[in-house]
Amino acid sequence: MTGTPLLEIQDLHTSFRTDGGTVRSVRGVSLTVAKGETVALVGESGCGKSVTAHSVLKLIPMPPGEITAGRILWQGRDLVPLPPREMNRIRAREIAIIFQEPMTALNPVYSVGEQIAEVVRLQMRLGRRAAMDRAVEMLDLVGIPDARRRVGDFPHQFSGGMRQRVMIAMALSCEPQLLIADEPTTALDVTIQAQILDLLEEMKERLGMAILLITHDMGVVAEAAQRAVVMYAGRVIEEGAVDRLFTEPAHPYTRGLIRSIPRLDGGLGRHGRLQTIPGSIPSQYADPAGCHFAPRCPLAQADCLAAQPAMSGPDPDHLYACFHSPLEAPAP
Amino acid sequence: MASFLLRRILIALLSIIGASIVLYAVLALAPGDVFGELVSNPGIPPDVIANMREKLGLDQPIHIRYVNWAMAMLQGDWGYSLVNRVDVGQLIVQRIPATLMVVGTAQILALAIALPVGVLAAMRPYSLFDQIASTLAFIGFSLPTFFTGLLFILLFSITLDWLPFIYRSDLEQTGGAWIWAQLRQSIMPVTVLALFQAASWTRYVRSSVLEVIKLDYVVTARSKGLPERVVILKHVLRNALIPVVTMVALELPVIFGGAIVTEQIFRVPGIGSLLISSIMANDTPVIMAVTFVFACLVILFNLIADLLYRWLDPRIKLQ
Repeated sequence: MTGTPLLEIQDLHTSFRTDGGTVRSVRGVSLTVAKGETVALVGESGCGKSVTAHSVLKLIPMPPGEITAGRILWQGRDLVPLPPREMNRIRAREIAIIFQEPMTALNPVYSVGEQIAEVVRLQMRLGRRAAMDRAVEMLDLVGIPDARRRVGDFPHQFSGGMRQRVMIAMALSCEPQLLIADEPTTALDVTIQAQILDLLEEMKERLGMAILLITHDMGVVAEAAQRAVVMYAGRVIEEGAVDRLFTEPAHPYTRGLIRSIPRLDGGLGRHGRLQTIPGSIPSQYADPAGCHFAPRCPLAQADCLAAQPAMSGPDPDHLYACFHSPLEAPAP
Repeated sequence: MASFLLRRILIALLSIIGASIVLYAVLALAPGDVFGELVSNPGIPPDVIANMREKLGLDQPIHIRYVNWAMAMLQGDWGYSLVNRVDVGQLIVQRIPATLMVVGTAQILALAIALPVGVLAAMRPYSLFDQIASTLAFIGFSLPTFFTGLLFILLFSITLDWLPFIYRSDLEQTGGAWIWAQLRQSIMPVTVLALFQAASWTRYVRSSVLEVIKLDYVVTARSKGLPERVVILKHVLRNALIPVVTMVALELPVIFGGAIVTEQIFRVPGIGSLLISSIMANDTPVIMAVTFVFACLVILFNLIADLLYRWLDPRIKLQ
């Protein structure tokens, strides 16, 4: 970790009240994003990674959602108690976000130019014409061909990949210091995925911003991020530099994730099949005393069910929440 | 755009012709005509009646009669009311102001209630405001206008004696007194109609807004730092209004067509009560004219709704 932390999430808890009880989606997540770095927040569906990301901008629907504890320090200032007016000044101008589904994230009844110009007018106090020029400039920057002509087109006139480019243009139009990319490539074709990741990388270089990349795709992590934070059932279970995480994953869950990646060199499991992690993620209502991964864990022992392991490790740049790792790990 | 409009108008014209044929056929097939009473009167010899029928062209086959009617209609001749002994066109023109005044005001009022209440209820679903609004809406459209109308008359006219229960289009007063009298006699019918309409529209607006408000692009709008007011008015409402437009557009012809039941209860001399009395009297030319005007209005408002769609939803323009 280098540089001063831009974003520092401390012990964040976000819950949703539902008819079936309270869902504790995020149960004490801490992470930092430094200036100019790309941090991947990894985990499978329902692990709380998107809720964490949306909590930063307070975009979770409240009610039923609620940030019940923790702090979200943005350049040292806690965003959690911030009133909506103050929050609106940080959104887009300082922290921007792009979403998973480019097909539905744009309003169908306004032209893409208007949707970009809208945020520029609001946050950069530009006039109508200047804002529209900025929209054209941004569309051109993210690689929309013939931007000047297409600025008046509506979202349905663009393909999925192009729409994600529009979203990126919109998010970056006010030159934020942090971009939260919530599964930006999940809904796209593989070839388009690579283009979008390249585009994000290029934009990051150009604007010097940091990226918090939410994904469940380890391939995306390897390609785009310097550091990764792995989440399981609402908690961070391992974090560290991406190359270390891939070569020496410490937490049994991270190992499972990495082993489940198909490899071209034939590094498949014993029976020539991809390895999986047995079992499934715990119920969102469950609240066990011990490690949430214990029921699926090959290393689990009695103490795993009694208490929640804290994040620790011999090296402060590589932390994990496991009592028995890595010493007792069976050979892969 | 021009070709769309042309095509759409062509469809509307064909619809109008179709509607007029159906209406004419149904009325011609219906038992009884304006001579019904004369036939059963033994004092009038059958050949006199036959002569009268012939004079009115009623002895001709139905398609000839339809063509005659259509040709006359095209020349602005709406027919002649055999009961009221006056031109149908004149009759309708007489009745329209009262209907426009009562039903038109009620619909505008209903929309003015339903839009804000529906949107506010959807912004905080299951909140106290939403609960109250939803309960009132349920009560509102569970109570038919003939019931609330009578209730109002009983309470405000009979018991309290505050308001007149007969609506008159021939008030003697002038100037300020006329406005006052007009206001007093309009309050009850307008309120009864508006509350009923507002109740169902509120539910409709609420569910439509509720559907849009949870969509991804609304989160996108919030992520831009737009104030909640702009998010709702600009990003939610315009999308949520698309289905609402259909429903409102289809109910708007009522403004001219009259609210038959309510007009009857408050004795509003509007189009609705004209239709009822003409049906009672077998006054076919009037029934034909009123129902035909109604059909034309439905078709016209459909056309308007289509045009509104294109304004609200740019996706339609390409298709």
